Amino acid sequence: MSQMQYEAVIGLEIHAELITRSKMFCACSADYASAPEPNTLICPVCTGLPGSMPVVNRRAVEQAIMVGLALHCQINPMNVFARKNYYYPDLPKGYQISQYDLPIAVNGWLDVSVDETPVRVRVRRAHLEEDTAKLFHQGQAALVDFNRAGIPLLEIVSEPDMHSVEAVLAYATQIRAILRYLGVNSGDMEKGVLRFEANVSVRPVGSQELRTRTEIKNLNSFRALTRAVAYEIQRQTAIYEAGGEVVQETLGWDDVRGITLSQRGKEEAHDYRYFPEPDLPPLEIDPAWIESLRAQLPELPEARGERFLREYGLKRQDARLLTSEKALADYFEAVVRCAKSKPHEVSNWITGEFLRCVNDFNASIDAISLPPQHLARLIDMVSEGTLNASSAKLVLREIFQSGQSPQAIVEQRNLAQISDEGYLTGIIAQVLDENPDAVASYLAGKETVLQWLMGQIARQTRGKANPQIARHLLLEMLKKRQGEGKED
Amino acid sequence: MGPDLINLTIEEAHALLVAGKISSLELTQAALERIRQTDSQVRAYVTVAEEQALEQARQADERLRSGRNVTPLTGIPFGVKDCISTRGIRTTCSSRILENYIPPYDATVIERLAAAGAVLIGKQNMDEFGMGSSCENSAFFATRNPWNLERVPGGSSGGSAAAVAARQGLFALGEDTGGSIRMPAGFCNVVGLKPTYGRVSRYGLIALASSFDCIGPMARTVTDCAAVLQVIAGHDPRDSTTWNEPVPDYTAALKQPVRGLRLGIPKEYFVAGMEAGVEKALQEAMRTLEKLGLTLHEVSLPHTKYALPVYYLILFAEASANLARFDGVRFGYAAPQASDVIDLYLRTRRDGFGKEVKRRIMLGAYTLSAGYYDAYYLKAQRVRTLLRQDFEKAFAQCDALLAPVCPTTAFRLGEKTGDPLSMYLSDIYVVATNPAGVPALSLPCGFSADMPVGMQLIGRHWSEAVLLQIGHAYQQETDWHLRQPPLD
Amino acid sequence: MTAHFQIDAATVRHMAFLVRVGIRDEEAEAFSPQLSAIIDYFNLLNEVDTSQVPPATQLPGLRNILRPDEVAPSMARADFLANVPCREGKFVRVPAVLSEE
Repeated sequence: MSQMQYEAVIGLEIHAELITRSKMFCACSADYASAPEPNTLICPVCTGLPGSMPVVNRRAVEQAIMVGLALHCQINPMNVFARKNYYYPDLPKGYQISQYDLPIAVNGWLDVSVDETPVRVRVRRAHLEEDTAKLFHQGQAALVDFNRAGIPLLEIVSEPDMHSVEAVLAYATQIRAILRYLGVNSGDMEKGVLRFEANVSVRPVGSQELRTRTEIKNLNSFRALTRAVAYEIQRQTAIYEAGGEVVQETLGWDDVRGITLSQRGKEEAHDYRYFPEPDLPPLEIDPAWIESLRAQLPELPEARGERFLREYGLKRQDARLLTSEKALADYFEAVVRCAKSKPHEVSNWITGEFLRCVNDFNASIDAISLPPQHLARLIDMVSEGTLNASSAKLVLREIFQSGQSPQAIVEQRNLAQISDEGYLTGIIAQVLDENPDAVASYLAGKETVLQWLMGQIARQTRGKANPQIARHLLLEMLKKRQGEGKED
Repeated sequence: MGPDLINLTIEEAHALLVAGKISSLELTQAALERIRQTDSQVRAYVTVAEEQALEQARQADERLRSGRNVTPLTGIPFGVKDCISTRGIRTTCSSRILENYIPPYDATVIERLAAAGAVLIGKQNMDEFGMGSSCENSAFFATRNPWNLERVPGGSSGGSAAAVAARQGLFALGEDTGGSIRMPAGFCNVVGLKPTYGRVSRYGLIALASSFDCIGPMARTVTDCAAVLQVIAGHDPRDSTTWNEPVPDYTAALKQPVRGLRLGIPKEYFVAGMEAGVEKALQEAMRTLEKLGLTLHEVSLPHTKYALPVYYLILFAEASANLARFDGVRFGYAAPQASDVIDLYLRTRRDGFGKEVKRRIMLGAYTLSAGYYDAYYLKAQRVRTLLRQDFEKAFAQCDALLAPVCPTTAFRLGEKTGDPLSMYLSDIYVVATNPAGVPALSLPCGFSADMPVGMQLIGRHWSEAVLLQIGHAYQQETDWHLRQPPLD
Repeated sequence: MTAHFQIDAATVRHMAFLVRVGIRDEEAEAFSPQLSAIIDYFNLLNEVDTSQVPPATQLPGLRNILRPDEVAPSMARADFLANVPCREGKFVRVPAVLSEE
């Protein structure tokens, strides 16, 4: 068999629930996640009772436009709702109100970074629709909760411009970050507010053809997304290598077994018989409205990351990490403003020890309770030499737990770094006097003993010795003893 | 006072109620008694809500006694076509699939009438889901024409027309998708108004064809219809297809002089095929209108012959989507012991829907399906534009059009049930208005072989006042509408 | 577009499934000529030249009917469940859902 190389061709459909107070077409509360019981946030409209009629939520439209703008889309000046007809128990009306011919946003793009290489993924369209009810399978039956029925959904469809699992992950991550930046989606995939569907095909490297693709549905985490796409690429490649043909089908991902599974559905399921929704007039979006919404866009992750590079001289990786979450980027800048230390020092602390603490203490990025002034002060104390790095780490953990200021903690625990040369000289002399063998060992050429001596000094000072000064003094004093010759 | 009570018009009853000469309770009891006496023959009512009616009548009497918040409809008993949602009162659309459905909410029109103090006495029979022109498609029983019990009352608002003709209530609310108010009004010698699409809220109306459905008043006089329209017309934030068009004082407008108004006679409506007696009655009506000072001249609606296929194609398509929600899951009939959800759907709808309903929704889905959408649904929408343009051009030369309602008077029960297509063809004069959205008033204009003949006045969008004006002038000059059917 | 006069029983069964209406063979046979006649009648529209005619806009002049993003009280669950044919506790219950869409 010839060793033909295959490349993956992947498109992603992302369903994002929008954060609004009320549902897409009715005034029921959209906060279904907080509902303590099923079937309480319901009305004739979202349960599809006969005679009910939809009324469009203005905020959902605005949010959709803002996402479209963030993705460099053209906002359609006239857009229309359509009925997507199919039968399923989680679909109350027997049709979903969606958009077909004229969606709210088209022809956008997103530049993502794959192994430091920029990749442009085109966004074909974004359209508004309503979410379905929740089904709980129970043996031979299913239970339905309509609290989620009618929640506003934005469906973002990309072109098949991704050619690797890394690209898919980069794109999905960026979209999630943008949605969080805009405040229109929490990005909490575990709660099902952000869902992915991947369209996967492969083709020989260098060819431009689009071969048969499969659709993998209901991927609800980055892990499932990447694993499923990787598996499917490999599965299809193997089929072609064996001389077979890939069958067009809808697949599910079995995370336990790590395989995609065919979901045999009737062919009719794909003919949705779309027609324009007669109960809803079209939306006419004029330029003034678009511009007023554009003015409300926050600085988006990519632009903010670029600015961090320029303004703060950060490393690209750090800039990217800091801007991956708006709350984190906001926090970073707040600390920089309060601190006398340089931005890259602040960045080191935040991307390092601070995030470690956030993780360890299960804190939330969205609600950073540590006042920026406290962290700024702490970082400054280290830069000024008042506190050494290891003490500072202890103090940071203490601040996380108690919320006190760094100054207060340092004073209470007597952690202030000792930089007094006179005092340190005395301690070091004591250490050297008490450990003649070590001194002799070092003077004989064993360099590693230095570390051990430093450790002893740290112990004697309860970790507070300023390491740079201590080391400098230690070396000096050792040199002196060498010069004085061997001890008797 | 007994027999006189049921023969009062709204206008007359109001005067007596306000003067304290009669009470709403008496009026309502008389209507209920009339139903008891005559409905075993006429069969207009599916549900009589006696307790609630008497309670509403007592409350109306309180209001009348206090003199506060009294409207022209306070204390007036009425019935409603059984496709309009009434909270706590069974609403069936004359279908087995909704035989025991009790809506948890009121349609907007019901709320408005209740606020005006009108007294709801019951729900009236119809062709199942509005699909029919004779009331023979009701799943429960066929309503009879009070003028001749062997004949149909027309449809689909057959129960409402028959009830008003039989004096079972002083007015009714019907619903017109393609002649369903006007045709039975014509067959039963009552007045029926199809308002401009978007004039009256559809919230709570169980939808048939969302683009065409209109709720409208049916009563014995034009004056009474104006009084009802006044209450139900107007913008509703729960129905996105109602306009903010101001509601004129229809009652005041009745007195406007009609001299000089121009009436167009569409030549395509007066071709061979009309029963001789019907034609004669219409000719006489034209002479009467000329005598009143209107000028008549011929106009052309060149695309008339395409109105039926346009109407039915769009109707079937929209109905197929609107009826998808009747699936045995959240309300209505559910097939027992379903093995899985598809079995539930198939058997629920097989057993719950009648033949005509099945035919229509099957055709509707088919004409929307891939491969047929352009040739059927979209084609019909294009020809619909031409129908609209026909009316616009005609109204450039006249203030209203005069047309027959049906080529024949009421036919016999069973006469047309064998051939669905021939039933459709009897709608020829009334179907063009709904795709165009224009208002039309049907009123009595004579008799042919002892059966009522109706005529239609069709107007521009929002010109109900003009139609009512002409109709009222005609009713001052004639007494067809005062005749009573030979019912006991 | 070629006229589609004949709707045979197999097509009738397909149409019935599109709208999830169970249909027996005799019914499919009976519907076949009726539906064929109706579709045939619809082909009358092919006489009209609509090459320059746009599809009718549903609501001429009506645009941007939007509602402010505010919450209103929901329906009481008991009122909703009262009509539900098959309930389980606070849920609506449906029989086995097979793999479809």
